Amino acid sequence: MIINAVDQIKNIKNFAFRVRKNILEMAVAAGAGNAHFGGALSITEIVSTLFAYQMKIDKKNPKWEERDRFILSKGHACLAYYAALCEVGYISNNKLKTFEKNDTDLLGHPVINRNLGIDFSNGSLGMGLSLGIGVAISSKKKKKNFNVYVIVGDGECNEGSIWEGAMAAPNFKLDNLYVIIDKNNFQQTGSNKEIMNVGNLKDKWSSFGWYTVELDGHNIQELYNFFKESKKIDKPKAIIANTIKGKGFSFSENNNDWHHSILSKSFYEKAIKELKKE
Amino acid sequence: MDINEKSIKIWSTIGSRATLGIAALDLAKEIDNLMILTCDVSTSAGLDRFRKTYPEKYLDLGIAEQNMIGVAAGLASENFNVITTTFAPFQTMRCCEQIKVNIGYMKQKICMVGIASGLALGTFGYTHCCIEDVGVLRSIPGMTIISPADSLETVKALRAAVKSENPSYLRLTGASNNPIIYNQDYEFKIGKSITLKEGKDITIFCAGSMVHQSLEAAKILETRNVSSKVVNMHTIKPIDKLAIEDSCNSELIVSVEEHNVIGGLGSAIAEHKSSLKKSPKQLFLGIKDTYSKGGNYKFLQEKHRLTPDKIAEDILLHIK
Repeated sequence: MIINAVDQIKNIKNFAFRVRKNILEMAVAAGAGNAHFGGALSITEIVSTLFAYQMKIDKKNPKWEERDRFILSKGHACLAYYAALCEVGYISNNKLKTFEKNDTDLLGHPVINRNLGIDFSNGSLGMGLSLGIGVAISSKKKKKNFNVYVIVGDGECNEGSIWEGAMAAPNFKLDNLYVIIDKNNFQQTGSNKEIMNVGNLKDKWSSFGWYTVELDGHNIQELYNFFKESKKIDKPKAIIANTIKGKGFSFSENNNDWHHSILSKSFYEKAIKELKKE
Repeated sequence: MDINEKSIKIWSTIGSRATLGIAALDLAKEIDNLMILTCDVSTSAGLDRFRKTYPEKYLDLGIAEQNMIGVAAGLASENFNVITTTFAPFQTMRCCEQIKVNIGYMKQKICMVGIASGLALGTFGYTHCCIEDVGVLRSIPGMTIISPADSLETVKALRAAVKSENPSYLRLTGASNNPIIYNQDYEFKIGKSITLKEGKDITIFCAGSMVHQSLEAAKILETRNVSSKVVNMHTIKPIDKLAIEDSCNSELIVSVEEHNVIGGLGSAIAEHKSSLKKSPKQLFLGIKDTYSKGGNYKFLQEKHRLTPDKIAEDILLHIK
């Protein structure tokens, strides 16, 4: 049993290591089918901290009514999500290999499947926060006391519907709602600055009435420290997580060619060599 | 709730929008997990009393329809029985992709109510009219679409839709002083059309506000020795296929709708009719794929030839 912070952090790090490894396995198994590689690697530590530490889940029952809810609004980063669900035990290793294959349950964007721990379908950007608000209101109305975690992209913040949700959540006093903004500074065809400058996201979310914090989205200690203390905060929480698109591998870090790309056997082998266990 | 001569008259006078609020109050008494979501239109949707009586079952999302559908889907995913409502164009098209993903693809059961659809708000222009909603939503798999003929049918359709397992869209047409089609209680079943008048020469399929107009047109046609069957096709999706098959002995099938002739009731009928070995010609009456100059409801119904005399006139041109 994990009892102290040191062990908890070590546990999250190991979880993240295995998530990153499974991202590689899925991406290489997808073969000629491209996989959204960069944006999955940028959320690996965030997803791992949520699933390995922060979220209240029952490893034996993905449908447990009291569970915290997770919504991957930037659905294209589902490699990290599926890998995390595999670590939890909801998705088998064999099933992971069906990623983007015909008739699979694991498409390139999540499709609702509660037996696998996938609570919502996502993929069209800008929709997950609104879902999260509905679920967070449900938690309050049913007095279930579960939290809702939504991961959105910084590019996704181009979508107007994100700001409809950003305005609504503080209005409904949803202190059980967390939005983690994966600020990897890129979107599909270029940097945020080149395509649509999202400006100062911390100021923007703060001005909408959110408790806002900025941290290193790959630093598990920082993520852990924030989440551990966050329950005391009586507002919806927006975490601006500074991340690196393609994090973990020399060829993909901050290289937007890896937004959506084929992981060839040679790149896979290179990546496996670079994969470090802390 | 009491359905009697008096209540039917009151609902007719106040129109289907205000009746919606009364029907919702009644549903809230028996459905614990009911939630009604609006976008700053509680007064227009007749929900002011509901808002005061059941504040815990009411959420106003402000002027943000995309967020409303997302929040509705989040609530529905946690087993709330959700009704959303705002003006028809904003209820259906502003948030169309949210409807596709959250209600269609993800199969979250929500009952959407589009108020003042069709041409009722003609003086406001076509931003507020809605002649596209059926066409747009009919292409989303799994969506039930109902267009009630009068205020009583609005009450019955809302109840049926809320109690159904499937997502749905209620298209409310007409204004206040909504003509009465049903002067007493009757059986309403989603997907099962109702023949309001028998006739041997032609069959008129109609929905919403056009049911009254079609019944009146049939009276004019009788004076010209044309016997018309009038069918209230209140459910546009799933369409009542049997009723279409039964009409194939008619000399002419007519569809009458306060909607673009592309994509609506007429199209739904034609899609099934085209699969039948033998079927008569179909006359599509509705808005002929155009945004006309605006004006009041009566003016626009005249302009688009959706008044009883114009409907009768157009039908007479198409029968031998």
